[in-house]
Amino acid sequence: MTQDTLVSVEHLTRHYGPLTAVDNIAFELARGEVLGFLGPNGAGKSTTMQMLTGNLAPSAGRISICGLDLLDSPKAAKAQIGYLPEQPPLYLEFTVDEYLRFCARLNRIANDQVTQAVERARERCGLQQVGNRLIGNLSKGFRQRVGIAQAIIHSPSVVILDEPTVGLDPIQIREIRALIRELGTEHSVILSTHILPEVQMTCDRVQIINRGKLVFSDSVQHLSQRMESSSLVVGFRNPPSGDALGALPGVTAVEALSGQRLRISHSVDQDPTDALVEHAVNSGWQLTELTPEYKTLEQIFVDITATEYETEAGEAA
Amino acid sequence: MVLVLAQRELRSLFLSPLAWSVLAVVQLILAYLFLATLNEYFTLQPQLQVLDNAPGVTEIVVGPLYGSAAFIFMMVVPLLTMRLVSDERRNRTLPLLFAAPVSMSETIVGKYLGVVAFLALMTLIITLMPLSILIAGPIDFGLLALVALALVLLVASFAAVGLFMSTLTVQPTVAAVSTFGVLLLLWIIDWAGARVEDPAATGLLTYLSMLRHFEALAKGLFSTTHVTYFILFISVFIVLSIRRLDGDRLQR
Repeated sequence: MTQDTLVSVEHLTRHYGPLTAVDNIAFELARGEVLGFLGPNGAGKSTTMQMLTGNLAPSAGRISICGLDLLDSPKAAKAQIGYLPEQPPLYLEFTVDEYLRFCARLNRIANDQVTQAVERARERCGLQQVGNRLIGNLSKGFRQRVGIAQAIIHSPSVVILDEPTVGLDPIQIREIRALIRELGTEHSVILSTHILPEVQMTCDRVQIINRGKLVFSDSVQHLSQRMESSSLVVGFRNPPSGDALGALPGVTAVEALSGQRLRISHSVDQDPTDALVEHAVNSGWQLTELTPEYKTLEQIFVDITATEYETEAGEAA
Repeated sequence: MVLVLAQRELRSLFLSPLAWSVLAVVQLILAYLFLATLNEYFTLQPQLQVLDNAPGVTEIVVGPLYGSAAFIFMMVVPLLTMRLVSDERRNRTLPLLFAAPVSMSETIVGKYLGVVAFLALMTLIITLMPLSILIAGPIDFGLLALVALALVLLVASFAAVGLFMSTLTVQPTVAAVSTFGVLLLLWIIDWAGARVEDPAATGLLTYLSMLRHFEALAKGLFSTTHVTYFILFISVFIVLSIRRLDGDRLQR
């Protein structure tokens, strides 16, 4: 399947004084893809998004949106972007309809199509009931929705959402996630978040950024595989020696747990379960328990960001 | 696109109680001054009739009215312009404009035109007062038009300074105070000019004074020198504002 690339970023770097907030990152985003941006606080997620939307000029690097360079032809490129910043940019003294009309016209929607565009955005974000209310009087969840409505009002090719589900109640979060998935069918979406399960639910691809560097970039499927067992917890009534288990194909480490139980770590691509069961039966180890251990996304996230710290510390020492 | 932004700015102004109270207060004070000078004209009328080439009602009433209006605007314009950019920066609404397919110049010019439209409307309302003399007798339309133009140019220059000051800060009040400071300095800069011995320096300081250019036009002498001064003044501050706002995105 050939997919056209909507966003392409090369060697993107941004300094704040002596601090390098984003350090030489590169990625691409295809049409219809939902990309999740993960990272600890201050990792450079928001800075990257601000650069993608023209809110910050990069110190170095290139950004092209739908083949248009953001620096060479900013207007044409920005017309393809919808952006929801961390704090929704709302004029509190306007009503929802007035505000969306302004956003529509700001994004160069023809006058006779403005009403239709506002109508559509309102409907998609569940704002039909509050069209005539002042934004200043709305709750945080509704303001967030108005912010999303603003980002998608001109049907941009690329929608960039900075922590879109912050401050929403669980039902709204589900609705917004569904909306993001729906957006992902015709637009490309980049979203940043702290909520890890959200990534699994909504994204096709994940990028983890840590201290300005892209440390992980893979599809959610691969990530899920990575989350699948890479260790087994086994119990025997008649436990064998550690060496016998270590000799099994794929086993990388054996760790004794309480009682008669052991944890067997193995490489991802070679699962020793079959061999283990076979040996257990043949040698009379009397297997009582066999549980594959699942890693949570949180663990993977911590692993990735923590190893990064360790290697850097190692390099420094 | 500029008009969309200008319209929004104007709308925001009218949605805030500030603009309405400014309109009311300025109108009240100027109406009082207008009536006072009109009254003075009536007491002077018998003496004026004796004179050859006596000044007309337009000259006597309009001059002081617009002079006072100029001074009041100097205090009021900073209040109207202070929120232009600083408030957007404070409420973090600037990303909306930066991410939209709108250039920085369009953003600034749009905002500027919005506030100038409001100020022109104020000038129009003030001009209705001298026009009401028409009920009693003829007035000098040429002079009135020129004085109104002078006031619009002056007020537009005030707004340009206000806009620039607003791009410098996050706090609207800081923008208002610094705008007022700059305007007052430019207003009185020729006082010092009069005392400096060096004629070149005197000339420069007098040229910089906004009051001189406004007074010259308000006397009824149309001169491109003065109009050019205002246009140059406005352009400089608009360009500075664009540069400053652009600087938000760039390397610091």
